[in-house]
Amino acid sequence: MPDTTALKSTDAPAAAVDAPPVTDSGPAPGKPRSLWSDAWHDLRRNPLFLISMVLILLLVVMAIFPSLFTSASPRDADLAKHYLQHPNWGHFFAPDWLGYDGQGRSIYARLIYGARASIMVGVVVTIAVTVLGLIIGMIAGYFGGWIDTILSRVTDIFFGVPFIVGAMVILTSFEQRSVWVVILSLSFLGWTQIARVARGSVITIKQADYVVAAKALGASTTRILTRHILPNAIAPVIVVATIALGGYIAAEATLSFLGIGLAEPTVSWGIDVSAASAQLRNAPYVLIIPSVMVSITVLSFLMFGDAVRNALDPKMR
Amino acid sequence: MAELKKEPVDATPNVSDVETVDAATEAEAVAAIDAPVSQGEPILQVRNLVKHFPLTQGILFKKQIGAVKAVDGISFDLYAGETLGIVGESGCGKSTVAKLLMTLERATAGEVFYKGQDITKLSGRALKAVRRNIQMVFQDPYTSLNPRMTVGDIIGETFEIHPEVAPKGDRRRRVQELLDVVGLNPEYINRYPHQFSGGQRQRIGIARGLALNPEIIICDEPVSALDVSVQAQVINLMEKLQDEFNLSYVFIAHDLSIVRHISDRVGVMYLGKMAEIGTDTQIYDHPTHPYTQALLSAVPVPDPTAREGRERIILTGDVPSPANPPSGCRFRTRCWKAEERCATEEPLLAIPERFVAGRTPAAHESACHFAEEKDVVNAA
Amino acid sequence: MTTIDKTAHVPAPRESVSGDGPLLDVRDLHVEFHTRDGVAKAVNGVNYTVSAGETLAVLGESGSGKSVTAQTIMGILDMPPGKITQGEILFRGQDMLKMSNEERRKIRGRKIAMIFQDALSSLNPVLTVGYQLGEMFRVHQGLSRKDAKAKAIELMDQVKIPAAAARISDYPHQFSGGMRQRIMIAMALALEPDLIIADEPTTALDVTVQAQVMDLLAELQREYNMGLILITHDLGVVADVADKIAVMYAGRIVETAPVGELYSRPAHPYTRGLLDSIPRLDQKGQELYAIKGLPPNLTRIPAGCAFSPRCPKAQDICRTEVPPLAPVTEPDGAELVGRGSACHFWKETIHG
Repeated sequence: MPDTTALKSTDAPAAAVDAPPVTDSGPAPGKPRSLWSDAWHDLRRNPLFLISMVLILLLVVMAIFPSLFTSASPRDADLAKHYLQHPNWGHFFAPDWLGYDGQGRSIYARLIYGARASIMVGVVVTIAVTVLGLIIGMIAGYFGGWIDTILSRVTDIFFGVPFIVGAMVILTSFEQRSVWVVILSLSFLGWTQIARVARGSVITIKQADYVVAAKALGASTTRILTRHILPNAIAPVIVVATIALGGYIAAEATLSFLGIGLAEPTVSWGIDVSAASAQLRNAPYVLIIPSVMVSITVLSFLMFGDAVRNALDPKMR
Repeated sequence: MAELKKEPVDATPNVSDVETVDAATEAEAVAAIDAPVSQGEPILQVRNLVKHFPLTQGILFKKQIGAVKAVDGISFDLYAGETLGIVGESGCGKSTVAKLLMTLERATAGEVFYKGQDITKLSGRALKAVRRNIQMVFQDPYTSLNPRMTVGDIIGETFEIHPEVAPKGDRRRRVQELLDVVGLNPEYINRYPHQFSGGQRQRIGIARGLALNPEIIICDEPVSALDVSVQAQVINLMEKLQDEFNLSYVFIAHDLSIVRHISDRVGVMYLGKMAEIGTDTQIYDHPTHPYTQALLSAVPVPDPTAREGRERIILTGDVPSPANPPSGCRFRTRCWKAEERCATEEPLLAIPERFVAGRTPAAHESACHFAEEKDVVNAA
Repeated sequence: MTTIDKTAHVPAPRESVSGDGPLLDVRDLHVEFHTRDGVAKAVNGVNYTVSAGETLAVLGESGSGKSVTAQTIMGILDMPPGKITQGEILFRGQDMLKMSNEERRKIRGRKIAMIFQDALSSLNPVLTVGYQLGEMFRVHQGLSRKDAKAKAIELMDQVKIPAAAARISDYPHQFSGGMRQRIMIAMALALEPDLIIADEPTTALDVTVQAQVMDLLAELQREYNMGLILITHDLGVVADVADKIAVMYAGRIVETAPVGELYSRPAHPYTRGLLDSIPRLDQKGQELYAIKGLPPNLTRIPAGCAFSPRCPKAQDICRTEVPPLAPVTEPDGAELVGRGSACHFWKETIHG
């Protein structure tokens, strides 16, 4: 945002100095206030946002620097020593704090290292989906006509594919299933909702007088799209994207649990839950702990999305 | 070669001839557009302008089933330095005329000559030069300013699109000058539109319109969304700016009192046609078209004593659909004078024969078979 | 064309209106809105009365509190953010603000009806006009579907919708703006209310249609002997139909007067400024008079008289003391019935 202090600089126009008294000096109080600064003002006071933000920050740090949280390696397996060793609740943050799994690996360490896959899938898929959806939605909405007809039908076809089943089909066709393959398949299927939302808001916005005014000035299509349409169409898209982020994390966990998402040696909560289901009877914590972690992560992003929606939704203000 | 073709049936035989400019290259066209026009010369000449919006059916394979005849053959001149008011009810096509003059809509037929060049056929640099010279002020100050841009960006954008008008380093100063010209505090440059009231926003819209030093400003209902006490401020500002910058206005509005106040000449539109056109005195004090008379008599006057002697003509029914206008004279379905002839023969916009000889103010163009003078404004 | 069949419908005599007080009596009403920018004081002590058969025009610009007052009377004010901090709204002597929701609901629609500016958004787009009109009779009077339909046609005839019987199964969007406003009027009339509040009923209409609708409203009001509160910003519309006018500014009534008096001799500088600032149809003036400045921000209403920053006559007292609505008299002290002005210098304004 432009700096207000720049106003008081010395290059004030000469005309303004000896100008006649301004007739219309009316009430325009305070600092410049954009939608984003208003939204931020709301968010800062929203406990839902603050709690989710703390959790998300923690998860992100965990994903980038897992070694800050634990010295143990998630892949060190000592079956003889640690096979299904129960949690030692008193040993906070120690490798044996949350016990060991069926292969003698520290559950706590795997919890920490598992964050990377989840956060990466969630964030990268959301970014990819937003970019793809925005481009398709904006082109369809702005140009209309046969372009819109074709793009909308394509969107409908993708929308009709069940998300998880579709991802399963794509993933099974890959030999090597790295994080990037999962990201690719989820992005490939996930952009439709964003495209629809973007198309809808672009159609409304392109009729606004300020867009007509820009056209009347002779503005290029690129300028109209980037300066006028995009900044006004982006708010609902961001709302949908933040809420969807949690969904992508859940989808990754689901696919990994089903055995067609990520695969060893990648550390993922979904894989751990899947592996633990064999020992559910004698060591339920092996399953419960990563499941709770998935729930907390998904919930934090959903709460975050909710808070963002409340702050950006014009009907609420 | 852009020679003006004479249509066999010209709906408006009385407009002046157009001196067309034959520009071989784009540079010549731009030069012609930037050439000055002296006061009182025609600067904009509209000839048989038509805009039909197709009505279609079907989703994938669209089939045209009809057309909304929003503007159906109108002609008029705008002289340099004057204000031409265009009045009419909703659906009469007056806003479409504004869009056509701004080349925001593509005309179905007809020409708009700006300094002798048909702007409906221009493109590229020549069109951009026209857009610099013809600007617009919108009706709704709440939707005509991008809510995500600061006032400085909104006005400054005009210079980004037309960089030749102001060098980069000079733009901020120019914007502040413009704010000052329209009576806003130049320090508001970093504010967002929602921080201003309706009247202030309209001033911002006017400042944007002025930024490129245009010759013509098309004003589409510029004050109808404003409060009464603020309307007067904006009207006064627009008159002041007209004198200061030698602007020509096309002032489109439904409020007949405001149009009279600001206009030198007035055109009355009904269902896509021009019903009557003349100077403000001719139209307001000596109207000859029954629609103009009805329109004027229906205006509520805020003065109970002045209204006592006034005759009120209350029309029955509503404006017919422009997709299916009546045959012959379009006003005949609501007209108390309508006869057989009105249904079969379309009245041309011309000085009625009975007035042609006389030098009365009633001798102005009116599209009515039975035109007669009737003063409905001034109390009898 | 269609004429009103006077024999078909004789309004019931109204026993309780027999002279003992007005139909509606608004006393010292205060309404505020809690917003992020602070408390917006929308209505600050409004008093007015309407009797049966009388038309009160409430005139004001946006933000004057004219519509908020009406919404408060109707009980359709959004609370929160709105809050009624003080005042009484007496309908036939009973304070509506002290009534239960159930009692208020009985008054709303049956006794007091409202007409809005935007008829299209006030009508349900997926139901036919006949159904929506008939619903009033089915719900409130328990009529059968057939009888309700007959009543609906009768109503549409009464508001002069041509070919009512044929158009009864049309949807709202199939009507023109003027016709939709007539349907709104018909709905408001359906239960023969004692009082109609019309909020900018003709603002969205064209001039030629405006005149038709205003005439209809005035005619029906006479016929039914209803009270009518006409809320508008248009000084022209008011002059035709109102009996008395209350001019509002920043949530207060600044002037009250019988209709003719207000235009010929305004007693408040704001009213005078408004009258001077509208261009005239019958003369081409020079520069328009413009009231300088802008209406105040309701979260920060100026001290003293709210109009003082824009007033050409303002003195020191205007900036410190709120002027009460004082009775206006002739220079010799003779009373001017129904006139009041909330200006310290009303004498100078009207007589000077």
